[in-house]
Amino acid sequence: MTANGWVQIALFAAIIIALTAPVGAYLAAIAEGRRVFLTPVLGPVERGLYWLGGIDPKREQSWVGYAVAMLLFKAAGFVLLYALLRLQDWLPFNPAGQPAVPPDLSFNTAVSFLTNTNWQSYGGETTMSYFSQMAGLTVQNFVSAAAGIAIAIAFVRGFARRSAGTIGNYWADLVRITLYVLLPFSLVIALVFVWQGVPQTLAPYVDATTLEGAKQTIALGPVASQEAIKMLGTNGGGFFNANSAHPFENPTALTNLIQMIAIFTLGAGLTSMFGRMVGDRRQGWAVFAAMGLLFLAGVAIAYWSEAQGNPLLTALGVDPSLGNMEGKEVRFGTALSALFATVTTDASCGAVNAMHESFLPLGGAVPLVNMMLGEIIYGGVGSGLYGFLLFAIVAVFVAGLMVGRTPEYLGKKIEAKEVKMTMLAILCLPLAMLGFTAVAVVLPGAVAAISASGPHGFTEALYAYVSAAANNGSAFAGLSANSPWWNTSLAFGMLIGRFFVIIPALAIAGSLAAKKTVPPSAGTFPTNGPLFVGLVVGVILIVGGLTFFPSLALGPIVEHFAMAAGTTY
Amino acid sequence: MLRDIRPAITLMLALTVLLGIAYPLAITGIAQAVFPHQANGSLIERDRHVIGSALLGQNFSTARYFHGRPSATTDTDPNDATKTISAPYNAANSAGSNLAPTARALVDRAQADVATLHQEAPGAPIPADLVTTSASGLDPDISPAAALLQVKRVAAARHIPEAALRALVEQSVQERTLGVLGEPRVNVLALNLVLDGLKVH
Repeated sequence: MTANGWVQIALFAAIIIALTAPVGAYLAAIAEGRRVFLTPVLGPVERGLYWLGGIDPKREQSWVGYAVAMLLFKAAGFVLLYALLRLQDWLPFNPAGQPAVPPDLSFNTAVSFLTNTNWQSYGGETTMSYFSQMAGLTVQNFVSAAAGIAIAIAFVRGFARRSAGTIGNYWADLVRITLYVLLPFSLVIALVFVWQGVPQTLAPYVDATTLEGAKQTIALGPVASQEAIKMLGTNGGGFFNANSAHPFENPTALTNLIQMIAIFTLGAGLTSMFGRMVGDRRQGWAVFAAMGLLFLAGVAIAYWSEAQGNPLLTALGVDPSLGNMEGKEVRFGTALSALFATVTTDASCGAVNAMHESFLPLGGAVPLVNMMLGEIIYGGVGSGLYGFLLFAIVAVFVAGLMVGRTPEYLGKKIEAKEVKMTMLAILCLPLAMLGFTAVAVVLPGAVAAISASGPHGFTEALYAYVSAAANNGSAFAGLSANSPWWNTSLAFGMLIGRFFVIIPALAIAGSLAAKKTVPPSAGTFPTNGPLFVGLVVGVILIVGGLTFFPSLALGPIVEHFAMAAGTTY
Repeated sequence: MLRDIRPAITLMLALTVLLGIAYPLAITGIAQAVFPHQANGSLIERDRHVIGSALLGQNFSTARYFHGRPSATTDTDPNDATKTISAPYNAANSAGSNLAPTARALVDRAQADVATLHQEAPGAPIPADLVTTSASGLDPDISPAAALLQVKRVAAARHIPEAALRALVEQSVQERTLGVLGEPRVNVLALNLVLDGLKVH
């Protein structure tokens, strides 16, 4: 580890802290339907979209109505994206002549993008036309992210309102977040990316003749426009196969910094929005602090692991001072690779600037554990906040049990219905992650897709289902996932991971919104101080540890000891 | 529920036009007008022929050029479309090796590369980036140590003094952005282009 590596990590953390309050204030204004500085420009577009859809933005929905609208929109998006992929060869902007995407891969990709997972069973530059990338994938990058933020806002309204029957209008939330948050931020980020070297063209791939006279075909495309929303929306599906490790997606250390900021900033800002909307900003900062502690622990372990170098190569006479460089880019080195891997899996982004499969066992376990915890460390845009608040409900429930009082959170009594819904969401994730893994590692047809031998092969399969159900999308990419079993089972993992969390979360929101607010008394457990932060972090780690430790022991932990003993597979 | 079918369909289509067509085309228009070089892939031309991109590595194997890192990219086997063959620095199919840290294939490959480098520069410590594949398979850079290790070989092949070449490499090192971000590095294609431009004594 180098001092400069730590300075880069500290600099990143400082920027996120500085952005949290202003971004939170802006998001709160959007959530509450107030005018913002972009309203004069985008107001007419917003009203035009309402007019087209026959939407009255002031007519609010119950939690069931909100969930139905969300599901119908997802269904429409699925049909459209699936059709675009299947008909790719008939559609324009296809200079590389990509054929239609096969049915199982189209199903996987459509589910993947509408659940904000953006798992890539496909290689971008070898599978997708420019039109599929723009009109299909880029659009879902926006709207799946907007949907996630909308759900988070609806969830927070559940706490903020009293004796209310509604939690907002899904269509208005979706349109406002897309127009006022995601689109303008993406425009600016995309242009900065182009300035730094990210291509943005509709021209075909270019054939170069290298200095040694060989032919090199250079894949191009409208990369920057997709790259910007890919990060901001914590989507993570790369334009190219190598994702943000590709020099055209992430050419410089500056673009790398902007990409990491874009991944975290909305998730962090949402904690501040939460504090504002419930009328106590310290509640937001308590959530931010708990997330921050988990983030720092993860990045410290990942950087420590990767900076050491691979002992098996050191034994051959390789200088370990650069660290473990297999699957990493020189311009990023181990510090920025470890930081990026932590950030992308704390959030549900899944973009990678280094290949997680080639991380040392404990370094690769950090992204895995981040996803197992449910990506609640700033998290996917929206999903991180409501996922974290589910754990907060468990924490106050545990605290209530310890002192023998009905638990309260933000003045709302947490009763049987809320706790049951919370547990449903918290149990469905590991069921999908571990259940599918258990099946895959004994199915002969599925095992054939695993590239690594020994414990690492198990981790490869585990990582895939954890990533899918957590809606992350990063991979131990040696897995040949583009086969009917993997495409289909991973898609179902993504659907379970998305909707079996969203629907219970909305049910909780509806139930909380209908309750009265209880004024705090001497017996109320304060949820805006360090005791609460410690308790909720403890709950997250204990629930995660009890659920996942056996699988971690079979994979990365045993591989770590095998590597230390000089074993290869 | 019926009331929500219309917005589901109309908004999906309208947002596809706005976000999937208008937004990327607007960025394309601005990018092509303001940053045409970058927007088209930072291509380098020599004698009106494209010889590569300033941002992408390319394969160098002869002694007279500095070599980049090993690359794990592949291409379709021309004899059998269901198979792939090794094709280093294939810029139409980026990929890492995705080898596990405990993979025998990784250790064997590194062992062979270390042996080759030890012949070139006996006794020198082997920089890790020279015996590991990059994440993209297209890494344009190597570490300064990896470039300096190759000075002896390139100087001999081109009949230029080692000291002069070493100075050239040191001038080619790109430092961290703003002194903090990223890692020091040498762009291999840029360095080799400078080499080709040198007058041979």
